[in-house]
Amino acid sequence: MNDNPTIEFALRMGDNCLILAQQVGAWCGHAPVVEEDIAFANVALDLIGQTKLWLGYAGELEGKGRSADDLAFLRDVRQFRNCLLVEQPNDEFAKALMRQFLFDAWHHPMLTALTKSSNARIAEIAEKSVKEVSYHLERSHDLITRLGDGSPESHAKMQEALNDLWRFTGELMTPDSVDEALAADGAAPELSDIQAEYTAYMRSALEEATLVAPEKVHMYQGGKTGVHTEKLGHLVAEMQWMQRAYPGLKW
Amino acid sequence: MSALATKPSTDDVWGWLEEVPDPEIPAVSVVDLGIVRDVEWKGGTLVVTVTPTYSGCPATSFISRAIEMAIRARGIDDLKMETRISPAWTTDWISDAGREKLREFGIAPPVGGAASCAGALKVPPVVTCPRCGSTHTERVSQFGSTPCKASYRCLDCLEPFDYFKSF
Repeated sequence: MNDNPTIEFALRMGDNCLILAQQVGAWCGHAPVVEEDIAFANVALDLIGQTKLWLGYAGELEGKGRSADDLAFLRDVRQFRNCLLVEQPNDEFAKALMRQFLFDAWHHPMLTALTKSSNARIAEIAEKSVKEVSYHLERSHDLITRLGDGSPESHAKMQEALNDLWRFTGELMTPDSVDEALAADGAAPELSDIQAEYTAYMRSALEEATLVAPEKVHMYQGGKTGVHTEKLGHLVAEMQWMQRAYPGLKW
Repeated sequence: MSALATKPSTDDVWGWLEEVPDPEIPAVSVVDLGIVRDVEWKGGTLVVTVTPTYSGCPATSFISRAIEMAIRARGIDDLKMETRISPAWTTDWISDAGREKLREFGIAPPVGGAASCAGALKVPPVVTCPRCGSTHTERVSQFGSTPCKASYRCLDCLEPFDYFKSF
């Protein structure tokens, strides 16, 4: 871990965007309908843009001359700070949508709070990002409502996806020393405030979608400190293949 | 071209930039879209500040380069391009002329201010068909051919069209 909690924080925000963008981008040309194919590609593009802002800031703070690209393509799995949720595999469309919704519903209040950060750079990145993410949330919320409250088959698939992914949501709202250090400075919100908002939002959204979040599940932790599920290794291997095969390659 | 003897005014520069088209929507200029935020002389250096529309929009770097080329073509060599992300770009900055040009081009301009930007469960805006003027339209998808557009369809003339969404 970096001694500077702000670097860790920027890496976490940036890696969430990067890994989710890589996953979502993989649907390009494969989504079940063309509108959703285009929507996912646009979401991926926004997230890549946000990745550049966060990782660019992390690299500047670190002061070793590493660019956002260097951080994306030249770190190994254990150095990634994304949450476990975003690295869960695409498997099928229902899971990809549920993963997106569970993340967007956290990302939006988080960025909204960060627009008031005492750290001016964090505030401006959040201000830029939150507008894009409001469109992501609108879409994912709409889709999980329609599919959850849809046909018996679509309902069953969405419920199964929720059962599988819910255990990865706790990590986003469990503070550690990095979160506490930023919250103490007013640079980031208290995660308990985000959790309260998330819980209330989920209660109404899931009810409307006729879905039920599993109770008494063990909430998995680790992504924020670099302890990932095995899924991330495969993803990073694919994402970084070009740089590993041809080190230093440029477009 | 060699350096100019006298410095052109910033108004002149704004005038040149009004002729630089957006690469994705060539009907409108980078000034119409509100992408150019500031043109300023700092000593002998012309500083042009641009703001990205969407953070991942691939046109952003292309736009900066197009602006740079347009200015250099006028003989200004001492040029600095700056990027500013705050205040974040908003469709409120699209000029009235820009909105009219979008409509003529077949893209419905943004409805309402940035405050009507998406939010979960908000009612979609009433968008007027840029071809027949009907308000009897429906949203096909919140996302479209570029990050800034949504896909709509007119229920009267039956044409599909792009909507430049409020942002």
